[in-house]
Amino acid sequence: MALLQISEPGQSTAPHEHRLAVGIDLGTTNSLVATVRNGISVVLNDAHGHAILPSVVRYLDATGHTDVGQSALAKASEDPHNTVISAKRFMGRGLKDLPDLALLPYHFVDAPGMVQVRTVAGAKSPVEISAEILKVLRARAEAALGGDLVGAVITVPAYFDDAQRQATKDAARLAGLDVLRLLNEPTAAAIAYGLDNGSEGVYAVYDLGGGTFDISILRLARGVFEVLATNGDSALGGDDFDRRIYCWILEQAGLSVINDHDKSLLIARAREAKERLTDHTEAQVTALLTTGQFIDLTLTEAHFNQLTESLVAKTLAPTRKALRDAGLKPAEIQGVVMVGGSTRMPRIQAAVGEFFSQTPLTNLDPDKVVALGAAIQANVLAGNRLGDDWLLLDVVPLSLGLETMGGLAEKIVPRNSTLPTARAQEFTTYKDGQTAMSLHVVQGERELVADCRSLARFDLRGIPPMVAGAARIRVTFQVDADGLLSVTARETQTGVEAHIEVKPSYGLSDDEITRMLQESNAHAKDDVAARQLAELKVDAGRLVDATRTALTTDAALLNPSEQAWVAGLVSGLEGALQGDEGAAIKRAYDALNRGTGEFAARRMDASVRRALTGHRLEEF
Amino acid sequence: MSDAFALFGLTPRFALERAALDAAFRAVQAEVHPDKFAHADAATQRQAVERATAVNEAYQTLKAPVARGAYLLRQAGIEPFDPANTRMSTAFLMQQIEWREQLESATDVAALEALEKRIAAAARDHEQRLIRQIDAEADRVGATETLRELRFIEKMGEEIQSAFETFDI
Repeated sequence: MALLQISEPGQSTAPHEHRLAVGIDLGTTNSLVATVRNGISVVLNDAHGHAILPSVVRYLDATGHTDVGQSALAKASEDPHNTVISAKRFMGRGLKDLPDLALLPYHFVDAPGMVQVRTVAGAKSPVEISAEILKVLRARAEAALGGDLVGAVITVPAYFDDAQRQATKDAARLAGLDVLRLLNEPTAAAIAYGLDNGSEGVYAVYDLGGGTFDISILRLARGVFEVLATNGDSALGGDDFDRRIYCWILEQAGLSVINDHDKSLLIARAREAKERLTDHTEAQVTALLTTGQFIDLTLTEAHFNQLTESLVAKTLAPTRKALRDAGLKPAEIQGVVMVGGSTRMPRIQAAVGEFFSQTPLTNLDPDKVVALGAAIQANVLAGNRLGDDWLLLDVVPLSLGLETMGGLAEKIVPRNSTLPTARAQEFTTYKDGQTAMSLHVVQGERELVADCRSLARFDLRGIPPMVAGAARIRVTFQVDADGLLSVTARETQTGVEAHIEVKPSYGLSDDEITRMLQESNAHAKDDVAARQLAELKVDAGRLVDATRTALTTDAALLNPSEQAWVAGLVSGLEGALQGDEGAAIKRAYDALNRGTGEFAARRMDASVRRALTGHRLEEF
Repeated sequence: MSDAFALFGLTPRFALERAALDAAFRAVQAEVHPDKFAHADAATQRQAVERATAVNEAYQTLKAPVARGAYLLRQAGIEPFDPANTRMSTAFLMQQIEWREQLESATDVAALEALEKRIAAAARDHEQRLIRQIDAEADRVGATETLRELRFIEKMGEEIQSAFETFDI
């Protein structure tokens, strides 16, 4: 008798088909793409054998042609206004949020929600600029893997707020990537380390990148990576060390006025000096300015350490806070993983080693470890299972709340809540006959709304007139596994429902994404509708297969009439799939999806019961 | 929320073996987490988000002693934090004043750490009392008072944590 394979619930129904998925580290300074090949996570190189793509986009002309990476970086001082470096620092940020504006050679435009940079190709938002980087990495991956990607895991700093996460997700969609998950960078690094070493215990991940600093405390136990606490500074990184050197150069050379070309040049020289000090005790800084002035200075390691001591200290305060939030002392940390190119600085390694009283782990390349971990997670999420099961539990980095009377922030979801999470709180009206309520969603730890980040504003209307304090407005915050928030509000007492879902004001609507895609896509002539139909048919086919499998394995969970009903919905969708009418397929698809909700719930309950009693099927 | 203890296959009582809760939490979350259903249909994904959220909430409830005690009392039909109930023993009120003074006069990390230790000891003592009052004697009135004291101790602990931050630069 032939043995038939039946897949486990939630698993791909076609176990032998390897789905192409990648992990992308979209860094402030450098970006990388990695994938799992033959069970091993590897970074994908470009045609010249380079793994690292500098996160630099140069706009070449009015039609929007771009140059991305090393060649763009090489032209930065020649063409400073059209060459955007470190665009990640501007993601989800308004003009007023940016410090050090005077040090940046760009022409900023204060657009609503997010700042833009005026280039030869027009005003570009950080989302569009980041999308150019992602497009290059996507093309690189598709060339290397020989097919279309089913999706990507994109990493973000753990301390990114909701607006910055939403902006990152938008950039990915703009680059035509299906985001399987936004993954926190330190967590990605922990995956790469943890799975490599089979470690158990509590680990700290110290991640100092080009523009962001994160510290995460994780517990690794029996295949579960549980983030206990995270903290950081989303505007602190290697760039700040460069700026300290740059300011020192200006001071030493007696310069007060400087043009943008020379500014870019000197910032580049400052960075080279910092990198040289990684394994030398002094660095020479030489530059010929456009004014004819020649600069020739020597920076010693000791003086560099003195210039940047306060920056090093700025990373230790969040480290202490994260440990306290996790309820741990430095001595209870089993290992400290170093991530990010900036952790190559000897002073950083010494300070971290001293703080934790142990030598930090540096055996994986700090530039690649995040992409490697992201690829491993992408592989799992795409349905290409590893032999062993494991799970990632991440947290909300910053508290989420609402503005209340007097400009105070009322926290609803506290920081370090495990994802996904939902919290609800009741509010009431303060005026007689009040029929509407303005809700202002904020993120941050401070008491005053003015000191927190504003994420969204929306109105709840249609509250029946009542005396002040009689209405019961229940506001629910739901944060998904990507750390993205949606908020709903409804008046509960009278049964009158008003229900609103908000996206942060920085998020782009689907229409905007579509418009931007069409504007930027070289294949704008592609029939969008045909592509959508093809995708819908693939999804629908998958749903039919998955439901049929579930009906075979878990029929016992449904009574005969329920079975017949679900089977009828399946046949309905199969019938619709015979034709090419998108609307009919969508209707049948949605009907089956809705109709199987209860079935899905029962199957999950059954799998939980199996897990708790320890009688897993594979043990028989 | 469906019964938090049943969700993890645990007996509903205040005494709790933390390792058993952690292990059950991981086992259950591994079955329902949305990452396990990244390629499933929308109905399953929605279910997964709801389940995983409920599992996280139940874990938070059982993990923290105050939340766990309050949960058990509420199941027995008692609201432990009824604002109308302000009863607290004189001895504990005196203790509160003493702790507050110590917190306000702490000028260095060592003083805060010493206070943190005293608070932790008081918390352990109250938890032992709750095991007796809830699990053995079903003394709901006594348990309510102990729980309200423990809630104060927990808040005091949070204030100590934020006081530590004032020493960080």
